[in-house]
Amino acid sequence: MTLKSLLMGAVASVAIAPAAFAERGADGEVKIIYWQAPSILNPFLSGGTKDVESASMIIEPLARYNEKGELVPWLVEEIPTVANGGVSEDLTTITWNITPGLLWSDGTPFTSADVAFTYEYCTDPEGGCAQVTKFEGVTSVETPDETTVVVTFGGPTPNPYGPFVGGESPILQKAQFEACKGAAASTCTEQNFNPIGTGPFVVDEFKPNDVITMSANPNYRDPAKPAFASVTFKGGGDARAAGQAVMETGEFDYAWNLQLAPDVIASMEAGGKGVAVAGFGPLLERIMINQTNPSPDLPEGERSTAMHPHPFLTEPAVYKAMSMAIDRPLLVEIGYGQAGKVGCSWVPAPEAFASTFEGCEVQDLEGAKAMLDEAGIVDSDGDGVREHNGVPLSILYQTSTNAVRQDFQALIKEWWEQIGFEVELRNIDASVFFGGDPGSPDTFQKFYADVEMYANTFNGTDPQAYLGNGLCDKAPRPETQWQGENISRFCMPEYDALHAELTQTADLAERQRIGRELSAMNIDNGGMIPLVHRGRLSAHASSLGGVVLNVWDSELWNVADWHRIKSN
Amino acid sequence: MLTFAVRRLVLAVPTLLFISFVIFMLLQLAPGDPMAQVPLTVPPEVKEKMRQALGVGEPPLVQYWKWLVQVFWLEPKVFIDYLTNSSTLLGWLPDTQLYQGELRVISWQTRSPVMDIVIQRIPQTLWVVGMAYIVGILIALPIGIYSAYRQYSIFDQSGTFITMIGFSVPPFFTGPLLIVIFSVSLGWFPSIYDTTHVVNDWASFKYQLSQMILPVMVLALQTTAQISRYMRASMLDNLNQDYVRTARAKGLSEAVVVAVHVLRNSMIPVITVIALGVPAIFGGAIITENVFKVNGIGQLLITALFANDLPMVMTLTFIFAVLIVLFNLIADILYGLLDPRIRYD
Repeated sequence: MTLKSLLMGAVASVAIAPAAFAERGADGEVKIIYWQAPSILNPFLSGGTKDVESASMIIEPLARYNEKGELVPWLVEEIPTVANGGVSEDLTTITWNITPGLLWSDGTPFTSADVAFTYEYCTDPEGGCAQVTKFEGVTSVETPDETTVVVTFGGPTPNPYGPFVGGESPILQKAQFEACKGAAASTCTEQNFNPIGTGPFVVDEFKPNDVITMSANPNYRDPAKPAFASVTFKGGGDARAAGQAVMETGEFDYAWNLQLAPDVIASMEAGGKGVAVAGFGPLLERIMINQTNPSPDLPEGERSTAMHPHPFLTEPAVYKAMSMAIDRPLLVEIGYGQAGKVGCSWVPAPEAFASTFEGCEVQDLEGAKAMLDEAGIVDSDGDGVREHNGVPLSILYQTSTNAVRQDFQALIKEWWEQIGFEVELRNIDASVFFGGDPGSPDTFQKFYADVEMYANTFNGTDPQAYLGNGLCDKAPRPETQWQGENISRFCMPEYDALHAELTQTADLAERQRIGRELSAMNIDNGGMIPLVHRGRLSAHASSLGGVVLNVWDSELWNVADWHRIKSN
Repeated sequence: MLTFAVRRLVLAVPTLLFISFVIFMLLQLAPGDPMAQVPLTVPPEVKEKMRQALGVGEPPLVQYWKWLVQVFWLEPKVFIDYLTNSSTLLGWLPDTQLYQGELRVISWQTRSPVMDIVIQRIPQTLWVVGMAYIVGILIALPIGIYSAYRQYSIFDQSGTFITMIGFSVPPFFTGPLLIVIFSVSLGWFPSIYDTTHVVNDWASFKYQLSQMILPVMVLALQTTAQISRYMRASMLDNLNQDYVRTARAKGLSEAVVVAVHVLRNSMIPVITVIALGVPAIFGGAIITENVFKVNGIGQLLITALFANDLPMVMTLTFIFAVLIVLFNLIADILYGLLDPRIRYD
């Protein structure tokens, strides 16, 4: 072999290799399985995670959160801030500059009119838009020119990144959805199933609650992406079967949200065809403590309302002892494994908002007993249950029906009974428990129990609205048809005042300090007992590259970067 | 016979109306909320707006009336339009264009017409559940016949044992068991059914077969168990009859005695049992479809139930009711046709 041919070969391989690597559609097909099947590809009409995430491959917002919870520009040139002039000094307007030259998948230009239309579409009073809170406080969306969008808020808004940011607030094409506003939203089956987007893929066929087939968007802004030519997005079955299909049989490349026992995940990973990845958002499994009396002896309409404070759960010694008696590391190990951490704060993430309290990570049964003894809450009639002012510490502990939650109930009941409580357990089907039917006595809002366990979280990275769930007037009560987010009926004027201060503060460090303080205040005063900071666990095939699990946005946020790892 | 059939069909109308009303009221009274699956991060006021957009707040009788109009007036119009517009059978007729864009039965989950989804789901359900039914019958009949002919033989005893297993082991056990053996360990068959697969050549047909084998096996086990027991019992009833002895005395061969004389008479009750089982095919197989992700009618029903998608649940259960009433009638008519002793007029 001559030097010349060697050199030619080297030149050729250098020329070919990157081209082969970075060519649109070069890696064939990727198969994704969600055990909850998507029902619709218009997230404004559903709000279900499965629908929001499947749609996020097709339609996109102006800006997204990355895996660290930071904003990244998506369809715009940069993130507007006060520093770069994109957000006005008085915090009432935000100006987005759309990247010029963007095209919809049908080849028409993406303009500011589409963005303004999306606002009109979602805020139409008859449309029943699921994401309308994203546009809370917005008074107008103006479009001075084709690439500029000015969003104006009714008052100073320290966090103006609600509208058009994140997977739940994508942009719809005006031309496609123009006839679908308001009451017509439900009749637009064709549009809702085949939205035109700017994302890396376009819908070929959508079979509701079954499967979506997609192919690469020919007009995607990066000519080298996506690496996959087609996507099969299957829905249905259960989490175990989805994990099995990725990690054991290798039939699929990506499985979403595997809520399975840690040992099950471990045995699946031993199959060797895929790996599980975990990401942590602000999802917190907690026990809410009812500050009001849920006694069935009270008349309907007064039960579990602020009219009657709880006979003993408002007592600091009682709820602190209950918290001390819990072995959080053990709960994590049993229930969540690598998808859980000890939960010590109402807002466990982002990190800077997370508070903590003493003794969160250790169980202290003796300390709990001593604390109750010291407060004079002792077993005076010898039945093994302590009394407070003559009322025995007998509690009803409810949650939704779910294997992990029932394990937790059994363990925690055991610990609480060791320190002198009497605990009755109850579990309710999730569709009833979380259903919010004001006529049902079994909803988590009605809270006809002493303590209840569930998980909650918030979207995005700013917990202001979420911390608002501790305000006095957010308590569910008959006047509000039992709607409201302050489930424990926690009420403290100092808390309300501090939260009002948060809504006026723009400086991030200061917001984080107030956020930590609010979280600690709620926990110290008996609003809740945090248990486990839950992550999300998904699995991908070993041959699938580019997966970055993101809990702040859609899990499929960077699907354009996914590619097949060549095994040679 | 014709008057009988017409009388029964006319009587079926009030029956079905009553059934639909009972289903509707049961669903109204059941607890649950179509917004239960929407994340907690969506505030209650927004959920309330979404419910209103779905028409949940209306009085039950108004909702029921709307549903009746949609099912009995609008959906037939859409169907006739489809027949005269795009079907090959009646496509030569002028396009009727009866449907003028009124609101059809809309699913709350997908905001699309329920009937379109049902039509989309029928093929995979018929392929898998229907095929399992046919396979089950084909296995069951010979087993039933031979078991009865050689009563208490080893074949009969082992047949009884296997059918007992078929009766008593539920598909949520056999399904995952077969997946673990044939998909995970051996890797022979896929564990997830591909509903988008199109059969257009030999290779794709082989793939279709391989993905159907496991669910068909699970379902056929149950059908086999049931039908073979009926067949055996019915054969035993007939084998001891006088006409069988007569046939043997005439010097007919055993094959003719069993296959012609006994079998024909024994088939009468078995055929009605088979006909009565047909509606269950359209009902799909909720558990098996879920285990293998076949996503047919059964999976549609169960997801609609979980999501409290009342229009979908209501329409599906009503379709099942229609099929059951219809196949009861067919079974009765078949009985009359097969058995000369039974006459309805």
